[in-house]
Amino acid sequence: MPRRERRAGLPAILLACFATVVFVFLMLPLLVVFPISVSSAAYLQFPPPGFSWQWFQRYFNDPDWIDATIRSFKVAAVCTVLAMTLGVPLSFLLVRSRRRGIWILDRLAAAPIIVPTIILSISIYSIFVRLQLIGEWYGVAIAHTVLALPFVVILVGAGLRGFDESQEQAAIGLGASWPVAVWRITLPQLRPSLISAGFLAFISSFDELVVAMFLSGASMTLPKKMFDNIMMEIDPTIAAVSVTQILLVALCLGLTALFGKGALATTMSR
Amino acid sequence: MRLEVSGIVKRFGGVTALNGVDLAVEEGEFLTILGPSGSGKTTLLKSVAGFEVPDEGVVRLGDQDVTMAPARHRNVGMVFQNYALFPHLTVAENLAFPLQMRSVGKAEIARRVKEALALVELDAFAERLPRQLSGGQQQRVALARAIIFGPALLLLDEPFGALDRKLRESLQLEVRRLQRRLRLTTLFITHDQEEALIMSDRIAVMDKGRIQQLGTPSEVYDFPVSRFVADFIGESNLIEGTAQGTEVYVPGFGALTLPQAPASGPVTLLLRPEALRLGAEAQAAPCRAQATVLETVFLGLSVKLRLRPEGGPDLLARLPLRPSDPPPAPDGATVTIGFAPGDIHVVPRG
Amino acid sequence: MSSPAADRASPARRRELALLLLGLPALLLLGVLFAWPVLRLLSMSVADGTLHQLERVVLDELYVQVLFESLKIAGLVTVICLALAYPVALWLTKAGRIGLTLGMFALLLPFWTSVLVRTYAWMVLLGRSGVINRMLRDLGIIEYPLPLLHNLGGVLIGMVHVLVPYMVFPIYAALLRIDPDLPRAAEGLGASRWAIFRRVILPLSLPGVAAGCALVFVLSLGFFITPALLGGGQVMMIAMLIEQQVRELLDWPFAAALSAVLLAVTLVVYAAIGRLTKGARLASP
Repeated sequence: MPRRERRAGLPAILLACFATVVFVFLMLPLLVVFPISVSSAAYLQFPPPGFSWQWFQRYFNDPDWIDATIRSFKVAAVCTVLAMTLGVPLSFLLVRSRRRGIWILDRLAAAPIIVPTIILSISIYSIFVRLQLIGEWYGVAIAHTVLALPFVVILVGAGLRGFDESQEQAAIGLGASWPVAVWRITLPQLRPSLISAGFLAFISSFDELVVAMFLSGASMTLPKKMFDNIMMEIDPTIAAVSVTQILLVALCLGLTALFGKGALATTMSR
Repeated sequence: MRLEVSGIVKRFGGVTALNGVDLAVEEGEFLTILGPSGSGKTTLLKSVAGFEVPDEGVVRLGDQDVTMAPARHRNVGMVFQNYALFPHLTVAENLAFPLQMRSVGKAEIARRVKEALALVELDAFAERLPRQLSGGQQQRVALARAIIFGPALLLLDEPFGALDRKLRESLQLEVRRLQRRLRLTTLFITHDQEEALIMSDRIAVMDKGRIQQLGTPSEVYDFPVSRFVADFIGESNLIEGTAQGTEVYVPGFGALTLPQAPASGPVTLLLRPEALRLGAEAQAAPCRAQATVLETVFLGLSVKLRLRPEGGPDLLARLPLRPSDPPPAPDGATVTIGFAPGDIHVVPRG
Repeated sequence: MSSPAADRASPARRRELALLLLGLPALLLLGVLFAWPVLRLLSMSVADGTLHQLERVVLDELYVQVLFESLKIAGLVTVICLALAYPVALWLTKAGRIGLTLGMFALLLPFWTSVLVRTYAWMVLLGRSGVINRMLRDLGIIEYPLPLLHNLGGVLIGMVHVLVPYMVFPIYAALLRIDPDLPRAAEGLGASRWAIFRRVILPLSLPGVAAGCALVFVLSLGFFITPALLGGGQVMMIAMLIEQQVRELLDWPFAAALSAVLLAVTLVVYAAIGRLTKGARLASP
């Protein structure tokens, strides 16, 4: 591309260098845990003296770690289902309603992102103590739903705002009932938004620590288990857990890029 | 099926969009609602389609009152301004949609989709997505989708607006042919008066939430009932004159005698630009004046002149032009212009 | 002829009713598990009928100091994030397909990776016997390990790492929304590349900048895990103070008072930035 070369001046080169440095800064911590997770040393040592799968073995053979992992999957899955089944319809209300006061509900739905998580956590904690929900995994899942709802509403709402409503009208004019029109015409076209919303809801719950710290009690989620582990002793098992998580996220990212055309772009630009 | 609306009133907040509209579209008729934006024509269309419910009045399809019926039960086919084709469905799936909604069997759907595709000459495009089609092809898919389920009524909401001129003209004729062949009762919405004149059996001119005039294209063009209609349809010279009996005094032309006497006093006269004669042809005309050519605009098949008669208002003239013809007169020249009293239409005041 | 008016109005009202029913379950959840508990917590700060608890927060020098420390950290994080994020967002708009994909990956992978994983990784990198100190020592640049962790610097690095993507996304979105004909028009009118940026691109991207700054500032103000792990007790932020009050001292009224102050500061900052940019909203950018 000769034309591009002609245009690329010094500022463009500097900009590219700067961006690369930032990207390295962002990726560096993720990359550094890989060699440590397969280190043969019992203590943090870099570069690792030798290769060993022992930390992965320890992770996968320790029932506590596996329990916590499975629990986190359950919590995140339930949270995602709840956040989507509640959040997608809520997006319709927030985007489509012509009532004047609707913006108040719009702010309410976005508020759990703005209100510091610590406040939300102790607020829910004080309620859950009374309901004796502390230590129940589904209690964590429900609390996580509150945190995931804004992501769903923002992403799906943005998709819905960009959707031409006359298509729904057309479908109704052609004989569809409103629910059928939404199901067959609107939702399929919101697929990128729906996929990234679901993904974000899942990850936000799977990674969440502060709420889980207060609500999970003895039945720990994975982040809580990791936190305790970091506080007490740092051994490379954490690195093995981290690598597993990073690979999982990378896999999800890849899948989203494959199946949700434009889903990543939606996440990026919202 | 026959469509009849009567006494339709629709307000949005403090704005009255429709202010008592009465209209009947006969079976198989192509009726156009023509009006500027904000005249209420879209609201009327939505009331007929079932996307709005009027505050007052009745919508009748055949012998049924459908005023309150939901859109999906009205059996009305509609082509939207932007076509509203479903972008995630292929052409064939778009066409199948209304049939699926009516629980038509699979084999029957396949047959009718094929038939509809043949009707709009898109046989080869069944598996394409809408975005892989040209604007004209999209328009034809939208039309096919609107008629495939045998609707009682076809609604067209400015469907040609997005197309370039040449394509628009050929599609206009195609739609008209199809409509005649299938004897579809059709209500067509447009703000383009030329389009309305070309396509319609009858035209309803709308303004300010009311129908100002309803008639055949030639009636509306030649005998507008108001200044608004005269001005909105075609180009016009509207001349203020004074009438006394059958005598009308026209500034610049003097007194002339009309076949029928208007009410005495000030009158508005309509003189279409193509009725104004120039030069040698004007010499024989009963009403003549000397005028200065202010401006000449070349339009291909015709030429348009802006003229200023002595002591009269500026007038437009449109003269046919053959390829080798020289321009009728240079700017600034003085020419004779004239017309016959029969070319004049007295526009009612009101 | 005409049907009763009540019947006529019903389609619009039916539509609103259907929409309301759709949103109702989620609104109930938000009411029961968000609005009500938070309001209940805040009310605990004045449960004894006095403003005593709130006075403690704003009069005791120690707590005021924590509050200012939190604001300072949030401000620093916001500035650093902006300085890193704007060029990245700008570069993304100019990058080709491959560059954009790689850039997105580099932004989204950390964004979606657990904060704990990342914090742990920074401990590995910055610790006394961590990767960086080890490498510097092996290269003979330093003799004794640098104190990279358990101080303000470590906390800032960790927080910036978490929050940079939150700054990049809104700025990138704002830059994408700029009509590409505008810089071309400016160029045609004789503007230099710098002038195009200064006079056209930068002002038009300000809503995105404001949205990003509001988000990053508000999120960092409530940060808890990263400063707790990377600060090593040397850095105290208000969220950590709240946690301490609840878990160790069981002093709910005072925790409630601290929460009230934190929430008030958060909302004020958020509203102020929102007002500055007139309608650059987070919820629907």
